Amino acid sequence: MTRRFLGLRISPLTERRLRNFKANKRGFVSLWLFLFLFGLSLFAELIANDKPLVVHYDGTLYFPFVITYPETAFGGDFETEADYRDPVVKELIDAKGWMVWPAIPYSYRTINYDLEVPAPAPPSSDNWLGTDDQGRDVLARLIYGLRLSVLFGLVLTFFSSIIGIAAGAVQGFFGGWLDLGFQRFIEVWSGLPQLFLLIILASVIEPSFWLLLGLLLLFSWMSLVDVVRAEFLRVRNYDYIRAARALGVRDTTIIVRHALPNAMVSALTFLPFILNGSITTLTALDFLGFGLPPGSPSLGELLQQGKANLQAPWLGFTGFFVIALMLSLMIFVGEAVRDAFDPRKLLAR
Amino acid sequence: MSAVLEVEGLVKHFPIAGQRAVVQAVNGVGFSVARGETLALVGESGSGKTTVGRCVLGLIPRTQGAVRFHGAMIDKRHNIRSRDLRGKLQLVFQEPAESLDPRMRIGETIGEPLRQLDMAQVDRVKRVREVARRVGLSEASLEQFPAELSAGQQQRVGIARAIVTSPELIVLDEPTSALDPTARAEIIDLLIRLQKELDTAYLFISHDLSTVRYVSHRVAVMYLGMIVEQGSAAEIFSHPRHPYSIGLLSSVLLPNPKLKREVRVDLKGEIPSPIDLPNGCYLAGRCPFVDEQCRAAMPPADQVGDGHFVHCYHHRKALSGQVALDYFDDFQAKAEQVLGAGRR
Repeated sequence: MTRRFLGLRISPLTERRLRNFKANKRGFVSLWLFLFLFGLSLFAELIANDKPLVVHYDGTLYFPFVITYPETAFGGDFETEADYRDPVVKELIDAKGWMVWPAIPYSYRTINYDLEVPAPAPPSSDNWLGTDDQGRDVLARLIYGLRLSVLFGLVLTFFSSIIGIAAGAVQGFFGGWLDLGFQRFIEVWSGLPQLFLLIILASVIEPSFWLLLGLLLLFSWMSLVDVVRAEFLRVRNYDYIRAARALGVRDTTIIVRHALPNAMVSALTFLPFILNGSITTLTALDFLGFGLPPGSPSLGELLQQGKANLQAPWLGFTGFFVIALMLSLMIFVGEAVRDAFDPRKLLAR
Repeated sequence: MSAVLEVEGLVKHFPIAGQRAVVQAVNGVGFSVARGETLALVGESGSGKTTVGRCVLGLIPRTQGAVRFHGAMIDKRHNIRSRDLRGKLQLVFQEPAESLDPRMRIGETIGEPLRQLDMAQVDRVKRVREVARRVGLSEASLEQFPAELSAGQQQRVGIARAIVTSPELIVLDEPTSALDPTARAEIIDLLIRLQKELDTAYLFISHDLSTVRYVSHRVAVMYLGMIVEQGSAAEIFSHPRHPYSIGLLSSVLLPNPKLKREVRVDLKGEIPSPIDLPNGCYLAGRCPFVDEQCRAAMPPADQVGDGHFVHCYHHRKALSGQVALDYFDDFQAKAEQVLGAGRR
């Protein structure tokens, strides 16, 4: 009788929503495709790296992509980390063993010094999608960039949801002057020119991943407040909230136990779109050069290079298609989630 | 019989935002409910029945008056929410579907009051099972969600949640008006049975007179925040004295069209606004017996029988004109047959 999903007991309503989501082929396929691509990018070090996965040297196995070995370990002269792409090191290792390279023997910051044409180099058997204007492999940067963008988006969505839901819940549940004051504050706060502030701040302090996240969080938390607040304003007048209150349940417990699960449904449908928005914001900032620190693999930076090097269309095209594909996939997923939760469409299938 | 609940001169005014005027929802209501007794509060919508219920439990603060539970005053600190009274007062709502958290399993919902009393999980589960059996819910339904149950079953859940702590007073706020006749009869039957078993006092708020007749020992008729007539159910239903009570009883839909009453009191016009109440009797504008005296001052309580009070200058005149209302007994007998059929 009890239904389960991922080991959790679910209600029949949740079950019907899941079924509806699965019935939406486009959204369902998009979700798997997106998860596949993102999952792949999580293992970027195994796919695109300037260090071999395994080195067999003199009867011993080495794993350079996790452990740092000095060049001397392979009979070289320097105490520094071995540069496995260096022809001298290659020869040393090949003489007494073998190496297994990842499919793409470049990391996101590896500069290919063996280019036969000036960078940016067009796609070739060496660099499948060409190189950028600093001689770095585009495909390698793409894989790392995708991971960074999606992770950034997920972390930003996670934190802005927590803050946004908490703020919306407090406003909607208690209402009155608290709600009124908070709403006016949000109006003022959202009126601040976000981009200019970021540009000014970025010129004063060099943004790192977490710093940039914090800066964007200052504004992105407001996206969920309205919907959660509206849900709480609706929910708090239901008799089951009154009933809980009449039982002497504390307000915080009522919010967590009764109001939040019921208000979360509509907030949930917004999450894929917020994730999308977060990634777009990061890309835009990177494009303008106010995003992640220089050298980081990023989709925005790729687009920027495409713009600066119109003679190298593979840069612009790659950036455009990857971003368009990823955002489209997430929009499809978002639409499917939204439709699956839509009470008007819930019984249609 | 010692009184579980005593209410004296209860007044509740709601402020209107941006105005000096107030909504006078309740204007001096007094009654008492004894152990194992049901007092029904009846009246049109807007007469302040629900507000009285909320004030009695201390869910909303009252403007004036006294509410005592076993002699102890109910107030801001000492009410249904406070630790010492938790579980002794309970509430059942009108809309069963809305009073249950749609994302909580039935068993959890019924057990929530016990959770507030810090009962251990094991004891809670046992007690919930026992109560569920008592109100006629199957063991399997404890694992279900409210949306999977019928309205009648949902109201059983509401009642189970109320009795799970063995309360001494339950305020039933129109518990049957959202139900179809069969479910209504079953719920009424359940409430009567539970009262006999548990000796609980009920404050039964309703506008449904046929239900009230069936469950209540005493009836208080409310009009515009005042109790205009109060007495035993038998008295009120067979010999109503206040013109408003007579009018209210005349308006009851009879299940049998042949049971037409010969004389009716038609209350003309609309109920006055509770923001701007008239000086005299609130019914003066609608009453067929009205004279100068009625318009000048609110009639005081007149005791006409044992525990039977009526606020009317002309209640004798009203009573004599209403011989035909004795038909109500006939109607009641028929109604009980009909309701009884649903019970078996």
